[in-house]
Amino acid sequence: MTDLLKLSGVHTHIGRYHILQGIDLTVPQGQTTMLLGRNGAGKTTTLRTIMGLWQASKGEISLAGMRIDSRATPDIALLGVGYVPESMAVFSDLTVKENLVLAARDGPLDDAQLDWIFGFFPALRRFWLSRAGSLSGGQKQMLSIARAIIEPRKLLLIDEPTKGLAPAIVMALIECLKEIKRKGATILLVEQNFFAARELGDNVLVMDNGTIVHRGEMAALAADVPLQERLLGLSLEAHQ
Amino acid sequence: MMILSGDPPRSRVLTLVLVLIILALAATPFLFPGAKALNVAAKICVFAALVASYDLLLGYTGSVSFAHTMFYGIGSYAIAIALYGMGPNWAAVATGIVVGLPLAALLALAIGLFSLRVAAIFFAMITLAVASAFQVLASQLSWLTGGEDGRSFQLPELLRPGTVLISKNLFGFEVNGRILTYYLVFAISAVMILALLRVVNSPFGRVLQAIRENRFRAEALGFRTVFHLTYANCLAALVAASAGILNALWLRYAGPDTSLSFSIMLDILLMVVIGGMGTIYGAIIGATIFILAQNYLQSLMGVASKAASEAGLPLLPGLLHPDRWLLWLGLLFIASVYFFPTGVVGRLRNRGGDKSAGTSH
Repeated sequence: MTDLLKLSGVHTHIGRYHILQGIDLTVPQGQTTMLLGRNGAGKTTTLRTIMGLWQASKGEISLAGMRIDSRATPDIALLGVGYVPESMAVFSDLTVKENLVLAARDGPLDDAQLDWIFGFFPALRRFWLSRAGSLSGGQKQMLSIARAIIEPRKLLLIDEPTKGLAPAIVMALIECLKEIKRKGATILLVEQNFFAARELGDNVLVMDNGTIVHRGEMAALAADVPLQERLLGLSLEAHQ
Repeated sequence: MMILSGDPPRSRVLTLVLVLIILALAATPFLFPGAKALNVAAKICVFAALVASYDLLLGYTGSVSFAHTMFYGIGSYAIAIALYGMGPNWAAVATGIVVGLPLAALLALAIGLFSLRVAAIFFAMITLAVASAFQVLASQLSWLTGGEDGRSFQLPELLRPGTVLISKNLFGFEVNGRILTYYLVFAISAVMILALLRVVNSPFGRVLQAIRENRFRAEALGFRTVFHLTYANCLAALVAASAGILNALWLRYAGPDTSLSFSIMLDILLMVVIGGMGTIYGAIIGATIFILAQNYLQSLMGVASKAASEAGLPLLPGLLHPDRWLLWLGLLFIASVYFFPTGVVGRLRNRGGDKSAGTSH
């Protein structure tokens, strides 16, 4: 299995704060890698650094063997990296349709792809011409994910997609992400919901204080309660 | 619908108001005789286009620029200097256009590339500094610009008031070069507003709206935001310079007070806010309300003050004295911002239910 994304000794400073302190990680092609950790561990900063939204102060980031750490965010996006930020990041003044058209940079929307997305998120069809700002939280998150998958991407960076969503919507999101996985997508997924992480992850990376403190298979972590408690301060049983 | 680029006013009242304004402007030379009415109508046309171009920047990208009057001034001075230097002929008009528009676009490009990379406040500060420098430059280069006196010039024969195109005997009213100039101003302003409507409703316009809302999110989708913002800045500058050309042609004069003054910049800001940001239509409404108030509020107050005085009412004659018209203009704007925080267009559209839900793609 080749590694699509590789970070070697990545440091990121935000102002005077040293957030990422030498991150080494790989994301294998065609697999879903979970990035777990307590609040403030540096998970979101890792995704933002990969995306070029924060500049790495040291270290190397490569995508399919190509250095991307000195590239601008739009260039990284154009290389095929889709980013779903946390907090239901839609363009609220634009309609659902306009949000998706904006993300489909290669031209008009692909009807087959759109129907596939509507299969998971029927609300998007219903509110097609409504302003994204008028959608509910769950619908906004659906739109945010739909925007990232409206076109094929080499790599998807998804930040806490289930945060603040109702259980029924979380299940729909998990099913959608599973389907995206089945289609062969490579995903780096930040998640606090351990149940979702277990359902989706092939591999797992656990962060603490800006470093990776554990790496391995998701199934192994899911089966090891003492390890979960040591690394994350919680167990899967407690979370269910 | 094609002509409006698929973006109709979306409110019956707004449509009615816009149609009334456009019809009144189109018929001004025949409906409202006299130089003042024609001057006011021409100013509304020019400012509607100028304010619409500023709306492209402020309303659609969220960039606050103080250099808009500079571009307006570049257009005005280019045509004035060309007609003053080369004489009243069409070659001079063409020279003014060929020099003025690219100069405005180049300057906008330079300002954009230099300052749109950084935070919005720096862009505002840099445009303020450049505009101030340009104002001083225009004043200092008096051999070229006429300094504080500005430049008066003559128009080509066809556009002069003395040129009679249709005599009074034919239809009962005379069409002369002045009226032809007015329709030139009216038509070109209309074309520019429709072109801006097309721009904001194009995929490029959607990207601008996305940038306004969240620049980083737009970059994460692969949009080079500096390019988009700079392009919008250049387009706005081109329209502002064109409005400046029209204004100079109408006034047959370009000077610091009519083309470069910061009070014009404040007027533009007020017109955008009153009309409604990010709507383009707001420019027409804002310019009409503001310019009508600027020109007729004083006389209206005079009539009201006299009436109150004759009726023997206390206080009112003094409060409505024509000398206090600026105070009332100020209060009018405070009230309009208070009661129409999203502008007149925003308010009317919200009443009509903006962007209703659709059922299928």
